[in-house]
Amino acid sequence: MSQRIVVDPITRIEGHLRVEVIIDDNGIVTDAYTGSTLWRGLETIAKGRDPRDVPLLMQRICGVCTFSHYKAGTIAVENALGITPPLNATLTRTLMSCALFMHDHPVHFYQLHALDFVDIVSALSADPFKAQDEAFKYTDFPYACGADHLKGVQAKVKAFVDKGNLGPFANAYYGHSTYHFTPEQNLIALSHYLECLRIQRVAAQMMAVFGAKQPHPQSLCVGGVTCVMDILNPVRLGEYMTKFQEVADFINRAYYADLVMAGKAYANEPSVLNDVGVANLWTHQEFQVSKNEFLFESGIIMNGDLSKVLDLDESKLTEEATHAWYKNDKALHPYDGEQEPNYTGFKDEKTINAQGEMVDTKVFDTKGKYSWIKAPRYDGKPLQVGPLANIVVNYAKGNKYVVPVVDKFLADTGLPLSAVLSTLGRTACRMIEAKVIADNGLMALNSLAENIKSGDTTTAAKYKIDKNKEYKGRYIGHVPRGALSHWTRIKNGVVENWQAVVPSTLNASPKDKDGIMGSYEACLIGLKVADPTRPLEIIRKIHSYDPCIACAVHVMDTKGNKLGNYKVSI
Amino acid sequence: MVKLKEKIIARLDSLEKLPSLKNGSIKDALIEKGFTRRDFMKWAGAMTAAIGLPSVFAPSVARAAELADRLPVIWLHMAECTGCSESLLRVDTPSIDSLIFDYISLEYHETIMSASGWQAEENLENAIEKYKGQYILMVEGGIPAGSSEFYLTVGPHGTTGAEHCRIASQNAAAIFAIGTCSSFGGVQAAYPNPTNSQPLSKITSKPVINVPGCPPSERNIIGNVLHYILFGTLPALDNYNRPKWAYGLRIHDLCERRGRFDAGEFVESFGDEGAKDGYCLYKVGCKGPYTFNNCSKERFNQHTSWPVQAGHGCIGCSEPDFWDTMGPLQEPLTNRLYKSVFGGLGADATADRISIGVLAIAGVAIAAHAAIGAAKK
Repeated sequence: MSQRIVVDPITRIEGHLRVEVIIDDNGIVTDAYTGSTLWRGLETIAKGRDPRDVPLLMQRICGVCTFSHYKAGTIAVENALGITPPLNATLTRTLMSCALFMHDHPVHFYQLHALDFVDIVSALSADPFKAQDEAFKYTDFPYACGADHLKGVQAKVKAFVDKGNLGPFANAYYGHSTYHFTPEQNLIALSHYLECLRIQRVAAQMMAVFGAKQPHPQSLCVGGVTCVMDILNPVRLGEYMTKFQEVADFINRAYYADLVMAGKAYANEPSVLNDVGVANLWTHQEFQVSKNEFLFESGIIMNGDLSKVLDLDESKLTEEATHAWYKNDKALHPYDGEQEPNYTGFKDEKTINAQGEMVDTKVFDTKGKYSWIKAPRYDGKPLQVGPLANIVVNYAKGNKYVVPVVDKFLADTGLPLSAVLSTLGRTACRMIEAKVIADNGLMALNSLAENIKSGDTTTAAKYKIDKNKEYKGRYIGHVPRGALSHWTRIKNGVVENWQAVVPSTLNASPKDKDGIMGSYEACLIGLKVADPTRPLEIIRKIHSYDPCIACAVHVMDTKGNKLGNYKVSI
Repeated sequence: MVKLKEKIIARLDSLEKLPSLKNGSIKDALIEKGFTRRDFMKWAGAMTAAIGLPSVFAPSVARAAELADRLPVIWLHMAECTGCSESLLRVDTPSIDSLIFDYISLEYHETIMSASGWQAEENLENAIEKYKGQYILMVEGGIPAGSSEFYLTVGPHGTTGAEHCRIASQNAAAIFAIGTCSSFGGVQAAYPNPTNSQPLSKITSKPVINVPGCPPSERNIIGNVLHYILFGTLPALDNYNRPKWAYGLRIHDLCERRGRFDAGEFVESFGDEGAKDGYCLYKVGCKGPYTFNNCSKERFNQHTSWPVQAGHGCIGCSEPDFWDTMGPLQEPLTNRLYKSVFGGLGADATADRISIGVLAIAGVAIAAHAAIGAAKK
């Protein structure tokens, strides 16, 4: 008999996410539903405001990829007003993007995702000397993997475990049958988990050099950047460069090596392979490192056909709400979108709890509405975005920065190219993306220095907002969780309309009117769950997308209705 | 002072009698990391100053830090961006501050904890039960309330965020609203507040200490925890229930560009010559004169920078309703062009009429000052 598993909250993500799956007698997932349980309404709030304020407001969509929406919002307004920021400003924004990606990707892997692969308890029985030797199998220069260091890590964690109070590590899935690292490999990863806590502070400082603070940097303005004193200060440039190199070193010697280790250890684990999710992959040009050069290029691959990379047609993007808690179900372009909240709640059912008992639970009304996330579609089809889409599209286009890193990773792990289209591949592509940036991002710093040397010290373009004119503009780009776009209309000098189509909306979309699933749901179908009371496999798959759910929940209403007046009756 | 010290010592004595939750005080952790007793006392001295105590209290702070592992913490996530949690993870210099985070017992925190789903809910229920009356509750995010409470649910039982807050606050030893969202409703509560987002203080009847900022600095969070350990009471608060030791001064009071302000030297537009020379940002919208926080002293990310250093004015993020009352964020307050909430009059409809009145007068005075400065050139 089929059975429903409810996982709520999905932890170690940003925001609030619930996953429900139906499994058959063999524990195979036959249907899946993912929905956000939070709505915030920031686009409604943007309306009527000064266009210069809204990028700062949009930044508050997310405190994790904290620069993404700030930059996106700023560029959307610039695009609407027809402003081209000075080269110095663009390059500085690239340096801030480098800081964001080099922070976000390692933190995602170690702090949010690694425990899906790493069994901390197992690390306690490792032989530190063997682990030291093991580390050399994945890199010539292991990071924090000397036997003495590993002994210290082990002792520290052992003391912690012995006292019986695991704090944030309590009640995890230790000993689960789908963990595949040896005790020594677990110990190596654990050492890097702790190192990453330190390194992420350095990466945050990289952002703060030009951005004032992290999270929520505050140094952009419509037309450019405000941190002109930092840009013209050689000590500040040196500070950024040194921190960049320190984080890049961690990415190359720890992050890369650990993904090679994982690629080998998990090469035969069915729950992380053969699950591309949605095979329509979208990415967009980002990381301008000199006057005309970008690290990543744009493109769309449909139906997993790597031989053809298409160009984006902006007019084909829509969002619909058949299964989302909004009133209007129709598919509408972001410039024309509309929605009003329409919360219809959960249904009552008995499902299996952590003790294996059938207990009263609230479950999704899967025939009706079940998420605060809408369903974005491209030409009527769902898209997958994120590092996997970015790396695969750029690999297919023969990108000179991407191809050698992918080829080296495949050679080091012995994995075939097809393995990239999977949970393991999604996690590996995030690392590959971080490495491409770590290896090449300083080109932007060099270009900045060259440009200043040539005598150009401009950092902000001048502009005027004409209150008698109507403007329309957008940003489309690539951020840590994938392709992001912000769309705005400006009228009477204030924002008339604002919409963000964000990576997590694209990936976590509920089913559409035709029952077509988004990528989260699609990748769960066919998954075998070894123990319904400890659904580690589900969590591992969902984490591979790096969910950012606060981003994904948003609302717009072009009719000018005051949504604050709506009352939802339960 | 003597009385205060006696009170602290009595408080520490009672804390010492509590069963230890796990190994390792902050001091042990430091020693493990290669710090000496002397380093530790230096750190305690710095923290004593940071929370505004005379240096005679340094030994008490040190002792409190040794006892800090006995404090269970439950951290709830409401309607938020997770920026406050992220801020806490960044930790300030010296990095040993982070050890307070590591060495309190963090019983529930969705961004960090290993358990998910049913296991996560078990952790929360167990912690509330096991540490009844002992745990510190920290809440991040605004809380959808009223008939629209269901804009946020958490857990297999579809419990609303507001309900989680009510249950967890019942038996908390102290409650902190971390960040502007849980302190004042935050960005989702900005006009027209489509989700009816409310501050934590409107959800629970228990006293709430507000630690606003978008995000607040981690030092402001940690200082409060230490204050609680030392005194066993809430710190002295201002009209908005913000601890005075952190929010007692205006940004403007200790600003590095204050000399430029006094000299009447202003950035007129971003990227101009004045911007390159570090002139005052008042005319491009700095809200430092109206904003109570210690950013100009503590800065962010191990003192790396802060908004005014990066050439962008303060946006007033630790003040109530700042999205509606401080905008346009890149223009002086007294040049207000766009109507915001309350008919463009700002925070006048909130509780504290007197201090806002004072601020409005200050605003006029500052504008006059700016005009005089410009005329002098």
